[in-house]
Amino acid sequence: MLQIFKMAFRDLGRNRRRSFFSALAVAIGLALLMLMSSVIQGEMGSALESAIYLQSGHIQVRAASYDENKSSLKWEDLVDNPEQVASNIALLDSVQAATPRLFASGFLSTGDESSGIRIVGIDPQSAANGPYRKGILSGDFLTADDREGLLIGQPAAAKLHLQVGDKVSLSVNTSNGDVMEQAFIIRGIYTTETYGFDSATVFLPLAKAQAITQTENHASTIFVILKDTSFTDSAASQINIPAGLEVKTWKDLNALITEFETMANSYIGFFYLIILAITASVIINTLIMSVYERTREIGILSAIGMRGARIMGLFLSESVFLAVGGVLLGLILGVFAVYLFNLKGFYIGNMGLSGFLVADTIRAQLTVDKTISLTIMTFVATILSGLYPAWMASRLEPVAALRAEK
Amino acid sequence: MEVVKIENVTRVYQIGKVETQALRGVNLSIENGEFTALVGPSGSGKTTLLQMIGCLDQPTKGSVCINGKDVTRLNRNQRADMRRGTIGFIFQFFALIPTLTAYENVEMPLLLNGHTHKERKERVMELLKAVDLSDRANNRPDQLSGGQQQRIAVARALAPKPTLILADEPTANLDTTNGQQVMEIMKKLNQETGVTFVFATHDPRVIGYATRTVTLQDGLITKDSKANGK
Repeated sequence: MLQIFKMAFRDLGRNRRRSFFSALAVAIGLALLMLMSSVIQGEMGSALESAIYLQSGHIQVRAASYDENKSSLKWEDLVDNPEQVASNIALLDSVQAATPRLFASGFLSTGDESSGIRIVGIDPQSAANGPYRKGILSGDFLTADDREGLLIGQPAAAKLHLQVGDKVSLSVNTSNGDVMEQAFIIRGIYTTETYGFDSATVFLPLAKAQAITQTENHASTIFVILKDTSFTDSAASQINIPAGLEVKTWKDLNALITEFETMANSYIGFFYLIILAITASVIINTLIMSVYERTREIGILSAIGMRGARIMGLFLSESVFLAVGGVLLGLILGVFAVYLFNLKGFYIGNMGLSGFLVADTIRAQLTVDKTISLTIMTFVATILSGLYPAWMASRLEPVAALRAEK
Repeated sequence: MEVVKIENVTRVYQIGKVETQALRGVNLSIENGEFTALVGPSGSGKTTLLQMIGCLDQPTKGSVCINGKDVTRLNRNQRADMRRGTIGFIFQFFALIPTLTAYENVEMPLLLNGHTHKERKERVMELLKAVDLSDRANNRPDQLSGGQQQRIAVARALAPKPTLILADEPTANLDTTNGQQVMEIMKKLNQETGVTFVFATHDPRVIGYATRTVTLQDGLITKDSKANGK
């Protein structure tokens, strides 16, 4: 076997340039797979992370009758005494933060300009506000007793030409169906680097939001952030809730993302196949050429008694060497490609899909698991590509092979 | 003892719609230790007959027995096994593996036969010495002259201690001196080890070494004569 490997290695060395380019084809194939996979992973990861931390939380507890698309403010659709419910949930070990939030819809007006907006009432003290607090570009974050301040996203502020300290008029639907209008001061401008969210969301302190919407001591939901996403199912099952409320996890609340991820995985599987097929065709071509060039040698080996299986092993060994070389080079190229991609990222701005929060800049996310599985996939595909040429070599009739031109 | 026994062997090649009879009912028996020359003009069937004896090809009709075993109906692997253990080949072209050194080329049949490293080393060095190329053990074929390459091929053919060595025009690509040297070595090994040689040639100087000359013409044996050999 060692001799077979030695011969295979030396055979590849006969035409170094061809062997190098064949291994390079494997390497480019693997690097492309790694880059594609990590970009998709990065985009899906970003979408999911944005959705969880900005919009859905890991878990929400809300009234069974609540319809988030309508942002209903009827008391029967809201959580009564939300502070109490939230503090009970916060006792669970896996919970990082549990906080009431109130959602309402309205208009923000400045003189001659106005914009439809989603109003989110938050408890400014909660750790769940981390992404907004961290993203303050100018001004200050809200305080619980602030009665006239609001936080506005950077794109909305730019659209309405607002700066910190400017006055703005906010019209809000109330629980009894009226519209309440009140003046507010821009306390701070934030960014989460997610255009879809930042352009349409303003924050008020919960107490103020409850007051303006006339939903006294009620909240749309209890927004729960866990210490780790993997705790979701166990935490959801441990939450005790009063009658009339229900527990929703991020999977229920972000069905679009999970469906999109499944679809993206199917598409990417198809692209994997195309890349692997191109790589395989290069290897098959190289080894078939090698079989043709060495037909007489195959005849000699056969004449001195080498069985077909060993001849097959000789050519398969060559594909193993090409696979090893190609995969090692591909890992280097792949990691380098991901590094280059992430130096600046890929800016998509507000090109995100409707209902789909994606960060402004896509960054590739290369995981060890994915790298290992793609490496194995490429390695196996390369070796399998050697099967046909190897089989062809093993089936050559010695007499015909010996007659071949050198 | 009969090393080769061929009975009524016919070989027909189909090239497109044309059938060509390379052998037409050949009968031949070769005894152990003979140094036999197959002679005849090009296309007479010498090479085809060698290929039948060497289990490289199978007859259309008739039977071929090597060391008393009918090899006519063996499958590919069984024929490869038979060649590996029993038959050595020397070809007109210097049929060495270009990526292997002289030593490794001679070693190859021993590796295929599963000999240990020590056995292989001893046998290879013994053979390289016999063909007077001990000092070229680490040279690759492209670093050897034609005559040296053919001597390495002789050493490789002898490596597994076969009972039969088949040589197809072994001196055709060599100059007179080298051709003579190769024939001298083959003859010497035949006499010293008793291994049977069958070689195809139409070179009168080579025929002079044979102890038996079998003449073929148009796929038939037309003459079979004993000679003294050099």
